[in-house]
Amino acid sequence: MSGRGRGRSLFTFNVDSLGFGRGDALPSSAQAPSPLYPPMQFRPVPLQTGEEVDYMLALKQELRASSKNLPFHIQPRALKKDVARYSDKYQTGENKHREWTPDWSRLPKELCIKDQKLRKTKTKPVVKNKMKSAAPKELLQKLENLEKKEEENQSEEEEGDEEKKKKSGEEEEPDDAEEYDEEEFEEETDYISSYFDNGEGFGGDSDDNIDEATY
Amino acid sequence: MTAQEVRLCSLLLKEHFGEVVEKVGVHLLRSGTLNLRALAHETMTSLDLVKKCLCVLVQHGMSKFGPGRRGPTGPVEYQIICERILYMLRYPRYIYTAKSLYGDTGELVIEEILQRGQMTMSSVVRTVADRLTQNMEDGQSMDYSEVINAFSRLVETHFLQRCPPVDSLEETSSSGTSDAPASKTPQSAQPESNPDCYKLPQIHLSDTEANDKRAKRAKLESTEVCDDEGIYWQVNFERFHLHFKHQAIIAAVASKLDQTSSEIVRTMLRMSEVTTPATAAYTQAVSANEIFRALPTSYNIARPILDQYLTLLVDDPMEFVGKAGDSGGGMFVVSILNKYFNLHRALANLARATLESVVQERFGSRSARIFRLLLRKKHLEQKQVEDFAMIPAKEAKDMLYTLLSENLVQLQEIPKTPDHAPSRTFYLYTVNQLPTARLLLQNCYKTVSNLIERRLFETKENKRLLEKSQRIEAILASLQASGAENTQLAEVEDMITAPERQQLEALRHHINKY
Repeated sequence: MSGRGRGRSLFTFNVDSLGFGRGDALPSSAQAPSPLYPPMQFRPVPLQTGEEVDYMLALKQELRASSKNLPFHIQPRALKKDVARYSDKYQTGENKHREWTPDWSRLPKELCIKDQKLRKTKTKPVVKNKMKSAAPKELLQKLENLEKKEEENQSEEEEGDEEKKKKSGEEEEPDDAEEYDEEEFEEETDYISSYFDNGEGFGGDSDDNIDEATY
Repeated sequence: MTAQEVRLCSLLLKEHFGEVVEKVGVHLLRSGTLNLRALAHETMTSLDLVKKCLCVLVQHGMSKFGPGRRGPTGPVEYQIICERILYMLRYPRYIYTAKSLYGDTGELVIEEILQRGQMTMSSVVRTVADRLTQNMEDGQSMDYSEVINAFSRLVETHFLQRCPPVDSLEETSSSGTSDAPASKTPQSAQPESNPDCYKLPQIHLSDTEANDKRAKRAKLESTEVCDDEGIYWQVNFERFHLHFKHQAIIAAVASKLDQTSSEIVRTMLRMSEVTTPATAAYTQAVSANEIFRALPTSYNIARPILDQYLTLLVDDPMEFVGKAGDSGGGMFVVSILNKYFNLHRALANLARATLESVVQERFGSRSARIFRLLLRKKHLEQKQVEDFAMIPAKEAKDMLYTLLSENLVQLQEIPKTPDHAPSRTFYLYTVNQLPTARLLLQNCYKTVSNLIERRLFETKENKRLLEKSQRIEAILASLQASGAENTQLAEVEDMITAPERQQLEALRHHINKY
């Protein structure tokens, strides 16, 4: 306690017990992290060898390689290539194992929404086509009826009739598409497109308030 | 989970399932439980990709889901199972075990299921039979029945088990009532709790079909609906681990005592293999009589010799075999001698031996002496360590401090007075076996991660060279197929220069170690 200037008395215990002799200098405190690859005191034990280990090593490499071809290896969305290269053709891996449909009954419902969406978009065009294909038939019948009527009235202008047929067919298609678009729009947004609030309702309220204030 | 585990999991996920799954998986690992929206938002990944990733993870049993904190009506929440991802490191070992136990067919069955997470029995049988047929000579084909046989044997020995059934989440959520908390985590239900866990479904895959032309079969497969639809099988990792533990104990007994005693221990373990749960501390007690009857006759162990061996095993300080009691009276005292295994103690002893050998290899035999001393005497003061280990004081201190700084040895302070003054405090050195074992495990994880990263780095550095060698190999193969002359082949081979060849060999030498 008395010798303030002496290094030893920095500690309240006997430094000798730590293994430093009377005259030894204390090691300086470490201020840098220990080296990344410290020298090894002993040589490491050699790796295990043998048939068993070799086989397992080969298996591991095989598994690693084959896991890339399984559908479980998910690719990030392909980046837009700056230039189409000749070699691209050869670098794309085979995608034959890509398809994989999990058993949705074993998964939460929300995970397979994506699939339903896909189906939706797939089925929609089919419906469209059906409508299209159905429409011309009706149309033809109608036209035929008209034709007969027309024939009764005027037995001429057959060429003009044919033109009409084409025209009306063309007209029908865009109509169809329009109807369809509206449906889709409504489904997606849940808003009624005919309803439009220009925000004037608020103004009316404030007017009322003013009125009230005058009372 | 620790930082090392997360790092290793991330590398493993990336290697097996690609970068996207890695991103999602690591985020789940870091944040614990999350729902789909939060996961997609926080990983800045598109919803569809996240869904795909979750599908992959759930398919492989690496992730589980359940109704979230907001009850059954709230969004489904996902969790990831860290240990399950780390099991990927042991895949080759599982496969090799299956091969050594059940031959090539068993090997392929386990391999297929490991690679796909879960499969129905019919699809496993079909794929494996196809793969075996491919490897056979022309005209021969693998019978389905043989594969079914291997499969059922794997199930009988519990190496395969049914995936636990998933309670339909939609039902509980639509009913909206607060059900029993047990049904809240449909995925986490233990597979063992399912009574049908090891029950094989009846599947009908006609063998005549197997003998048909391959093309025809492929056509049939696409339309065929099997009877075991919806019954999925997964690998029972616990059972494999139990097997590994048993092998370790048998090997330890063989090296400690002799071959015969290890065979006795093997018999005892085999007798209770299926009946003992994986985490049990003891195998079920078996009497000496039963052991005697179960011993394969080829060992030629007479009854009195068996008794002597059993006594020896019980008396051994490693305590692999214990005595449950010698109930019964009169003449049958010896015959109803119950033997049982103290699995935990045996494994703890093995772990201790591993620790000791690690210290020995890394710090030398004298440090190992100090380490063993501390293990045996539990708590020792520094002076006592020096004296008991019979190592000069200065060296002993040096070694002890090195061990302390590596966290293999812990220091316990016991102050005599409440002021913790060092001069009036006992400093006791001790070894805590469990934390130290965990430390070594973490070190191992770190090593594996480092190895993977190193391999990725080396592969990246030498990408061009590897591609070139692959291309040349392909050219060589096609030339050989078309029957080119040797000079031509040599010419192509020379396209890889000598230094390049050296570099390639060095690379393979480094990479193929892991």
